[in-house]
Amino acid sequence: MTPKRKQKLFVILGLVSLTAIAVGLTLYALRANINLFFSPVQIAQGDAPMERQIRAGGMVKEGSVSRDPDSLDVAFTVTDYVDDLEVYYSGILPDLFREGQGVVVVGELQADGRLYADKVLARHDENYMPPEVAQALEEAGYSPADYQAKAAEVGKRLDEEGVPQASEY
Amino acid sequence: MWAFIHKLGSPKWFYGISAKLQPWFWAAAVLLLVTGSLWGLAFAPADYQQGNSFRIIYVHVPAAFLAQSIFISMAVSGLVFMVWKIKVADMAAAVMAPLGAAMTFVALFSGAVWGVPTWGTWWMWDARLTSMLILLFLYLGVIALRGAFTSRDSASRAASVLAMVGVINIPIIKYSVDWWYTLHQPASFTLTSRPTMPTEMWLPLVIMVLGFYSFFIALTLMRTRSEILRRESSKRWVQELVNGQVVNAQAEETR
Repeated sequence: MTPKRKQKLFVILGLVSLTAIAVGLTLYALRANINLFFSPVQIAQGDAPMERQIRAGGMVKEGSVSRDPDSLDVAFTVTDYVDDLEVYYSGILPDLFREGQGVVVVGELQADGRLYADKVLARHDENYMPPEVAQALEEAGYSPADYQAKAAEVGKRLDEEGVPQASEY
Repeated sequence: MWAFIHKLGSPKWFYGISAKLQPWFWAAAVLLLVTGSLWGLAFAPADYQQGNSFRIIYVHVPAAFLAQSIFISMAVSGLVFMVWKIKVADMAAAVMAPLGAAMTFVALFSGAVWGVPTWGTWWMWDARLTSMLILLFLYLGVIALRGAFTSRDSASRAASVLAMVGVINIPIIKYSVDWWYTLHQPASFTLTSRPTMPTEMWLPLVIMVLGFYSFFIALTLMRTRSEILRRESSKRWVQELVNGQVVNAQAEETR
């Protein structure tokens, strides 16, 4: 490599790394805004604004969904296995909505600590399997509930170590 | 090592070797894409939660892979062009950009179509979706920069710099689902970790990913060859090649 080429290579690498540092610092400064949703822990700590539209996310707690038989009203609890958030919603839920499934809810946090949602979006995990496999897993005792038990353990451990601060997210 | 790069950088040598490689990649692309799409769309099992809409993965994931890989290839070609002044690298970078933009669009569009039945929305400003949209704009920027200069050399340098700087977006796309809370789930298909789906779902996806890559390589070789003929049209070997073909064609007609 001639010295001129070497110099050029260093100039380009320097330019790219400086830009990378600038972008990295910007993203670090904006991390709270880049997160799509608040977790129930953050809401319990009072990080989320009241009576303004926010997004909250977590798992739908097992056994928490209660539907009004005469209307589309539904109430459920969103949990991150550390704190819980009660959600009220009136409308059509996505097909993937079920207990133990991840959701993102869009709505306003009211003074009573509940979130009144305008929109409920389903999240899904990165695992795919045919129905028969899912059934076989369930019969063998490895249902999604198993995954939840594991997550609950993690939640308990976090509780013992002290709830993580929002700055750690 | 450097001698090899310079040999690869000779347009005439590249024109010859790519003629030999091209048919193999086209054959692989057709074979893999036909097998993969038939297997994935018709024979692979449906997902236990999403049913048949899961099959969008067989287009969405390979397109998203290619969208990112093409940008990295473009940036590397830009670096090779800027530092070693190898013209073939710049020609390859120029012909890659439209395919990369198309693949980014396919990934975004198939993701939106997939999002409606699974998430309940076709768009959300989460980190993964937004960084992918930025990738599309970067591709369009690279294409526009090439057209914005009257001098080809200035255009090539500007496009190379944008590609090299824009490559910072690639790790952001990849790790967005791990760094931040997003609506998009973490990666299902990586080269490093255990597959998150059984083999009868995973294998057609591997075939589709390989098929998309073969298609990209075959198309890039073909388009780079045309670009070489276009840019080197004043060189003697190109003129001899073209004249030879014209003579052959005339001989064919008179026969």
